[in-house]
Amino acid sequence: MKFRGKILDIACLNHFTRVITTISKLTKTCVLRLTPDNLFFVLSGKVANGGVSMWCELSQANFFDEYQMEGVSPEDNEICLEVTPENLSRALKTLQNAKAVKVKLTKKHCPCLTIAAELPTLSSINRVVTHDVPVDVIPRRLWNEFKEPSMPDFDVSIYLPPLKTLKNIVDRMKNLSNFLVMEANLSGEMNLKIETDLVSVTTHFKDLGNPPWGDEASQDGGPSQSRDPEDMAQARVDIRKLQQFLMGQQVNPSKAMCNIVHERVVHLILLHEDVSLQYFIPAVA
Amino acid sequence: MPLSTQSQGDAEQYVLVASLDNARNLSNILKAITFKDHAIFSATPNGLKVTVEDSKCLQANAFIQAEIFQEFTIRDDSVGFQVNLTVLLDCLNIFGGSTVPGVSTALRMCYKGYGYPLTLFLEEGGVVTVCKINTQEPEEPVDFEFCSTNVTNKVILLSESLKEAFSELDMTSEVLQITMSPSQPYFRLSTFGNSGNAHYDYPKDSDMMELFRCTKTQTNRYKMSLLKPSTKALALSCKVSVRTDSRGFLSLQYLVRNDDGQICFVEYFCCPDEEVEEQ
Repeated sequence: MKFRGKILDIACLNHFTRVITTISKLTKTCVLRLTPDNLFFVLSGKVANGGVSMWCELSQANFFDEYQMEGVSPEDNEICLEVTPENLSRALKTLQNAKAVKVKLTKKHCPCLTIAAELPTLSSINRVVTHDVPVDVIPRRLWNEFKEPSMPDFDVSIYLPPLKTLKNIVDRMKNLSNFLVMEANLSGEMNLKIETDLVSVTTHFKDLGNPPWGDEASQDGGPSQSRDPEDMAQARVDIRKLQQFLMGQQVNPSKAMCNIVHERVVHLILLHEDVSLQYFIPAVA
Repeated sequence: MPLSTQSQGDAEQYVLVASLDNARNLSNILKAITFKDHAIFSATPNGLKVTVEDSKCLQANAFIQAEIFQEFTIRDDSVGFQVNLTVLLDCLNIFGGSTVPGVSTALRMCYKGYGYPLTLFLEEGGVVTVCKINTQEPEEPVDFEFCSTNVTNKVILLSESLKEAFSELDMTSEVLQITMSPSQPYFRLSTFGNSGNAHYDYPKDSDMMELFRCTKTQTNRYKMSLLKPSTKALALSCKVSVRTDSRGFLSLQYLVRNDDGQICFVEYFCCPDEEVEEQ
């Protein structure tokens, strides 16, 4: 099992740091899967974390100038590590002006991701800073827990309004209630609703647009084809989970979408060129 | 659901409709009196009065005149109800209460009458939020019987000078003592805290003193915990009038200028803590 990577470009480094910081806001620990082409940050929906799951996919070529890895075996050419994204983020944040950053899987007292950075100096002597971030190696037999979640058979898919607007509204609603109902239809309308003994609040968004999920929808004629465009699909979710997702946003996505499986799950997707982040919030009764 | 289409048809069934182009003009002034959840709203053709009370010792009133609103329609001589102020403020700031110039939240506030919720329609950047805040039976606000004919001492100060004093006040003191007198020390704020006593004096001919009309030396103490909420009003205001009546009751009137330069008033009444022998 071997892994080493090198980032030379400062923009790539900043971007990588932002992605990891975003993830650190979403979860305390997650699984980092390394494959020859990609890095995946995975959180599988366990009861302990409120059933929320996350899948973040990065293409290594977009971040790393050098990238070598050797998985546990040639057939299973992958490495699975449990990491604390907060630790990675903190280490990376101190290296923002580094000339080069190397990331390497090492065996010290325990398995570590060693981040070594060459910092600029005025003199001719190089300064090298090394962070050892402890990780846990996940044995092969547990890998199947960290497979890419299948696209849920959603009832409605819709583009999200600007995340900042959404965040402001969700923050206020959080002050008023613990649960929020998200509903959307195929006419580009989305509503956020809360209701308590004291107050009921509904925010109406319109003209958001519905993403074309061309192939699948047209082939099987799926539910989205036969669905009344005005008909709302809804899910009641824990407001804190949604707030957490909106709070952590450091990646300015080019596309933000939301899929709703009626009374089952809210599936949020952020796309930003080379990065995709998916977040699943289960519905509560 | 644009605001304009909402307004026409429903207008007749509401006893009170008030609209603002900038919801901050309401939320800011309400912040100045937010120290308890319950707020009593009373509307008359002159405008809106919002009252918050604490322990029958402190009362704060915010007055928003009808002219401040772009539309203010009332079908009765007076309309009253009680709502949770914290909830109302969260609703008014649902879009984040942006302070960016050019971005403002439009508000339309409607009330159908006894037993109905207070309905807010808020719009910013094409997004509409509808809030229905449950109302309660309005309580009768305490009448402090503070009447201008019984006022013994009165000063009007620029808020700036009082802000400075309040920010330096020793909050470990249980009371704030206010001395007003036609002779020395004219206008004095005193605290008695852990680290000693402190006096803050204003000369009567200071630039900060816009009016000085004291007829009798009067020293009264007010609970610091009761006066503390009034600093929110002070922070927003440009002028403040400090008055005491013959019973030692304190009235603080704040003149608040909103985003559009219009003037509103906030008033605090406070009971004295105990009688101090007059000199």
